[in-house]
Amino acid sequence: MQAAQERSALRFSTAGSVDDGKSTLIGRLLFDTKGAYEDQIEAVKKSKVNRSGREMDLSLLTDGLRAEREQGITIDVAYRFFATPQRRFRIADTPGHEQYTRNMATGASTSDAAVILVDALKGVSRQTLRHATISYLLGIEHLIFAINKMDAVGWSEDTYGAIRSELERQSRRWAGAKFYFLPVSALDGDNVAWRSQQARYYNGPSLLELLETLEVSPAAAPFRFPVQYVTRPGDGFRGFAGRVASGAVAKGDEVLVLPRGRRSRVKEIVTFDGSLAKAGEGESITLVLEDEIDISRGDMLVAADERPALGRRFAAELVWMAEEHLEPGLTYLLRAGTKEVYARVVAVEWLLDPESGEQRSSEAALGLNDIARVVVETTEPLPLDPYRTCRETGSFILIHPRSNRTIAAGMVVEVIRREREKKDLGFALGPVTAGERVERYGHLPAVLRSQDPDGLERALFEHGALVLRWAGAVPAALEEAGALVISESEGLEVPVENPLAFLESAGILLPRDDFSGGEGI
Amino acid sequence: MTATLPAQASRTLTHLDHLEAEAIQILREVAANFARPIILYSVGKDSSVLVHLARKAFYPAKFPFPLVHVDTTYEYPELIEFRDWFVKEIGAELIVHVNEAAIAEGANPYSLGTAKCCGLLRTQALVGGLQKLKVDAALGGARRDEERSRAKERVFSFRNKFGHWDPKDQRPELWSLYNPKVDPGEHMRVFPLSNWTEFDIWHYIEREKIPVVPLYFAKEREVYVRGGTLIPVQSNVRALPGEKPELRRCRMRSLGCTPCSGAIESDADTIPKIIDELFSFRRSERENRVIDHDQDGSMELKKREGYF
Ligand SMILES: Nc1nc2c(ncn2[C@@H]2O[C@H](COP(=O)(O)OP(=O)(O)O)[C@@H](O)[C@H]2O)c(=O)[nH]1
Repeated sequence: MQAAQERSALRFSTAGSVDDGKSTLIGRLLFDTKGAYEDQIEAVKKSKVNRSGREMDLSLLTDGLRAEREQGITIDVAYRFFATPQRRFRIADTPGHEQYTRNMATGASTSDAAVILVDALKGVSRQTLRHATISYLLGIEHLIFAINKMDAVGWSEDTYGAIRSELERQSRRWAGAKFYFLPVSALDGDNVAWRSQQARYYNGPSLLELLETLEVSPAAAPFRFPVQYVTRPGDGFRGFAGRVASGAVAKGDEVLVLPRGRRSRVKEIVTFDGSLAKAGEGESITLVLEDEIDISRGDMLVAADERPALGRRFAAELVWMAEEHLEPGLTYLLRAGTKEVYARVVAVEWLLDPESGEQRSSEAALGLNDIARVVVETTEPLPLDPYRTCRETGSFILIHPRSNRTIAAGMVVEVIRREREKKDLGFALGPVTAGERVERYGHLPAVLRSQDPDGLERALFEHGALVLRWAGAVPAALEEAGALVISESEGLEVPVENPLAFLESAGILLPRDDFSGGEGI
Repeated sequence: MTATLPAQASRTLTHLDHLEAEAIQILREVAANFARPIILYSVGKDSSVLVHLARKAFYPAKFPFPLVHVDTTYEYPELIEFRDWFVKEIGAELIVHVNEAAIAEGANPYSLGTAKCCGLLRTQALVGGLQKLKVDAALGGARRDEERSRAKERVFSFRNKFGHWDPKDQRPELWSLYNPKVDPGEHMRVFPLSNWTEFDIWHYIEREKIPVVPLYFAKEREVYVRGGTLIPVQSNVRALPGEKPELRRCRMRSLGCTPCSGAIESDADTIPKIIDELFSFRRSERENRVIDHDQDGSMELKKREGYF
């Protein structure tokens, strides 16, 4: 057992269409690794339901989404746990119905591997391709195809070979993932927790051995540290608490604070168990910097020479998760890392058909389970990495401003720069950096709109902001110059009442005394 | 962008390190996103671990949550004694909440049945307490591996104005992006130990030397033997007709009220022995809690009503 404690756990998701044998497979894994409790096993043995034709129907161990399906109760991701002497496992068990893209995406978002079931009697189905596509889209590194019910096809090498080559042909569109194929019988246990003699043509490991030995790659981005909380016990100590999203940091390293662009060095890496010389991906730590810089929740500390792109406009893949459709003009809340901003989906470029892999154009508004390539625009610039480089700093969710529901999950493809427009404007930016401008004026750049533009301009001017009015489309360079631009036609709608308080809550105006008001966002 | 591979981290994170880092991250999210967060402190082993993690998360500052204990008045004396000692030891703020109205009306498991009694003294007391304190986030030590209906529970689990959980309407939860939005009157239950198992809890208690209530360790205790369950003799536990106290070496695996939670026969008087025992004795830990299986699917039912 000690060995299993020493290693990091493997988190994997399971997917398959209804009746492919997913419940039986999970039941088999739990049973053969003694991951099921005796009282649960007794309950299964006593159960009147048994569709397996064996002494005991292992699919009942996971209690079956089946029962729930029949009673119309929750169909949702369920998390289960088991361990072997080598490793501990967490299964994100997602229901197989084709409409549950949402649940699959949820389970996949925190998984390192996906076990996708294929029924040998039925061959590769549309759902198989859907499951693989979603797993791939959510950045799962290891795609394992378990070709199940091999006992029912007499362990036919032809059947296995045909399914395998079909999947290999399809796998070209999931570039970069690693693929594994295994012939199994969940019912009898062959090649699940132990190697079977049935398939002579297969010399690989059992599913469990494979899972025990998979190596999970670290995120490919350099040091990234979204600040979660400012720790100030009141004795002058000021630490920035957070979890390292990728890369590593050591005492003395130079870091850059985004979005304001100030630099400093790491003075100390504080933990309850003592200071560390170095901390890496996944560690929850508290950083103390050498300089007194204003830093609050939502800021990101990054490797000074390898910063992520900073932008207000980016392309992303979006999985729509709610019954209510996308309302194109509506401003949603967007959470990325520890930052919350307002955002709009300004373009839907195409819909992805997860079964064929084709990109379709769409007239209808995005709806439940749609996967789309979109362009998102936020009120404030965000530091973003491509999702493929770092899941933690390349992902976001959209929250409906009225219902508070999480309605979409997004994966950043790239930040879009508006280079051309910049040239159109007849001035160049000098040596004064955006960060310095932010320090000076006490706000981030933004485009604003108001029913009372005069009042807004006056209020901001009095506040000391760099504020301008602009007719027509606002050139990107104006914003890059650090200004608050009041536009007639675009930008964040600022209420007439208490505009400054609103802008402060939106994170655009920085609180005058950054360190007196706690770290709520 | 030219991404170089990250330099080698200082140490390889073990499974427990990961769980710890994740829980700390969740605790900090709660502190940053809510106005009146609390820790629901049941005094059990999971609560002890949760409080320990809270101390780590905000070090060198104190954790910004009071501990709220819903006291049914049927608690084991050892538990109350431990609670008061532990809270003082770590310098935390403790708020004890009792459903006074129900107690005044004489609520007890003998006349009401365990389900109803528990509904009044735990579930309703909890919901009432959270409302009275205007809590917008309640941290709890529940784990997904405890019971079937918990396997689907979110880390940030939304409760409506009545404190109810709607399993059909849970917010999708991806990556470590939690949605903390609640309107006035609603609140969030947050479970930083969601991905821990009972083994992890004990391994961590051992590694971190976290103090826990002595009831978890085996010793000779006077009990009533009721079916497969041992009910320790306490002043407020009534003997059934014909029952005589017997002396048995036993321990509690999960703590509940005196009349309703049983001990198991055991020799495990140290943490390593408890861990060994968990291996050989593979029964789910809530089995000895009378309330969980006196109604079919009773846990899901209680949870919808607001039980932890
Ligand atoms: N012959 C055979 N039948 C299987 C196998 N695995 C599952 N089944 C059967 O297929 C049916 C559906 O299995 P189940 O695990 O409930 O499928 P799920 O809907 O994917 O969870 C049940 O009758 C199982 O007994 C297998 O390896 N071989």
